[in-house]
Amino acid sequence: MLSSAKEAGPASTPALGSPNGRWSHLPPSVRRLRSRASRRRLVPYMLLLPSAVAVGLMLVWPAIQLAVYSFQDYGLPQITGAEPTQWTGFGNFHLVLSDPEFWSALRISVLFAAVVVPLTLVTGTLVGLLLNRLGRRMAAFVSTTALLAWAMPAVSASVIFVWLFDPDGGIADWLLTKLPGWLGGGAHWSGFSWTNAPLPAYTVITLLVVWQGFPFIAVSVLAGLKTIPAELHEAARVDGAGPWRMFWKVTYPILKPIFLVLLLLSVIWDFGIFTQAYIVTGELGNRDEFNLGIYAYDKAFTMPPTYGVASALALILTVVLLVITAGYVRASVRQGAIS
Amino acid sequence: MRRAVASPGGRPPGAPRLRLNGARARKILLNATGVVVAIVTLFPIFYMVSTAFKPATEIDSLTPHPLPAHPTWANFQNVLNGSVIGMPYWTFLRNSLFVTISSVLVSSVIALLAAVAVARFRFRFRSTYLIMLLIVQMLPQQALVIALFLDFRKVNLLDSLIGLSLLYITFSLPVTIWMLRNFVAAVPRELEEAAAIDGAGPFRVFWKVLLPLVAPGLVTTSVFAFIFAWNEFIFALTFLGTDQGKYTLPVYVTYFFGKGSVDWGAIMAASVLFTLPVMVFFLIVQRRLRTGLLAGAVKG
Repeated sequence: MLSSAKEAGPASTPALGSPNGRWSHLPPSVRRLRSRASRRRLVPYMLLLPSAVAVGLMLVWPAIQLAVYSFQDYGLPQITGAEPTQWTGFGNFHLVLSDPEFWSALRISVLFAAVVVPLTLVTGTLVGLLLNRLGRRMAAFVSTTALLAWAMPAVSASVIFVWLFDPDGGIADWLLTKLPGWLGGGAHWSGFSWTNAPLPAYTVITLLVVWQGFPFIAVSVLAGLKTIPAELHEAARVDGAGPWRMFWKVTYPILKPIFLVLLLLSVIWDFGIFTQAYIVTGELGNRDEFNLGIYAYDKAFTMPPTYGVASALALILTVVLLVITAGYVRASVRQGAIS
Repeated sequence: MRRAVASPGGRPPGAPRLRLNGARARKILLNATGVVVAIVTLFPIFYMVSTAFKPATEIDSLTPHPLPAHPTWANFQNVLNGSVIGMPYWTFLRNSLFVTISSVLVSSVIALLAAVAVARFRFRFRSTYLIMLLIVQMLPQQALVIALFLDFRKVNLLDSLIGLSLLYITFSLPVTIWMLRNFVAAVPRELEEAAAIDGAGPFRVFWKVLLPLVAPGLVTTSVFAFIFAWNEFIFALTFLGTDQGKYTLPVYVTYFFGKGSVDWGAIMAASVLFTLPVMVFFLIVQRRLRTGLLAGAVKG
């Protein structure tokens, strides 16, 4: 059962009752055994069935429904059955595209990803390179602390950062007031509110996301670095290459596929980031601080709900991410992940 | 930790030799950087714990101190006996444990079956299925939550912990199947064939040969499924919306946080109680994972 029908061929596993056993010359047995063989062909499908049902019902089907709802006027009257659902063509998309809030949310999402992704990648890579140079004990210590930040639940991390940047008693404002003026510090930071405007709020979210995101990059880069033969760096060093040249001429070209995957994953994670943004920007309280994820969520779950419009938004978000995912899948396939 | 922090201080006291040789200076510099990275990384976690032990007067003080001057258990007591929001921590812990444990167990079984299928059989749609999993894993939760909410409403699974754990099972499957597939593929086929030749039936082969060898892999994937379910926020927030008694810990922590006058001591104590189990678990398993994987490799 556990060996593939094709590869572990009939003759090699007589005990499993393979189709061409010694009774194969007998016509009735042949028929029975053939049916057993076809049953064996069903085995992989039966093994896949539970996962396929779950994934189909709760991942694929909702995605299809989103696409359907986004062309309907699905809202409170429809959900209660007071009014029938009607097709509205591109009405929802029209509504979304003409809403200034959408453009503000899109701008925030794009800018945020454009800042956070490079920052996380650079920080993670630098720490990865550092870990590679450290002694075994020190490397284990630093990577464990980093993984603790990574294992930190997004909710706790967000709540902690809101506290660190709290205007009344938060440590960030206090530190900034103590900072000398030429470094941008000063008394004007006292009681500074970080969550009243998009820029400071997303500065906090940026720090938070980089803090939680860099360990994964660092550990992945480290794993990649371990695969590079030491002779390559040795040869480059003999040729007089400094660390900067060494990274761009030796390390980077070899790790390029890993960087590509990490880049795509980071964009996917950060573009529509929800939990951190939801908590730091004040739980749907500040409309000018919405990113695409929060904006769509707000359309669906603040009264009165407009599921159609929210689905149109969610569809836009999903399509953007799927385009990036297509790149990710291609990169993984090229790396030989699927064989 | 103490040992690691001490290593950059391994510099000769008083530094009599002014000209350290290059390699040694570089090593000190590297270790110092490592310590700085570790301190910066740990600081928010440290500050959470420290705040949780501070009495209210120190939290409200406009000059924050890294350590509590008069450590107190009061914040933890308030959280545990529920005097802050009227419900004790234990209710939410029980809810979280229920959805986490049930979803980890069920998804491990389902993922193992699927992993055996894709690692041990060649059949049509095999790579299609794998690629499909890779793609659906990327579907944004904050988008799907809208359609899922409407579906769950229809089948009466809102405000239900069982409904929530069904979602956690499903959403952890793509990753766990992909990871387990590698672990199953790493078990040499010859072992199974040898057992089969010795007369073991397919189920015996599975229980006696494959399962023990894949066990470290199951531990790894369970950790991922555990962390996912324990930390998950969007679904819990949306699907448990109206029934406070069903809240899982992440929703509980933010519920706390949303209430008018912010009691940071209580919030940090609640965060510690919510975060601590997953960290301890992670640290234990991390060590065991390394040896487990190693043992698996040697046996293989």
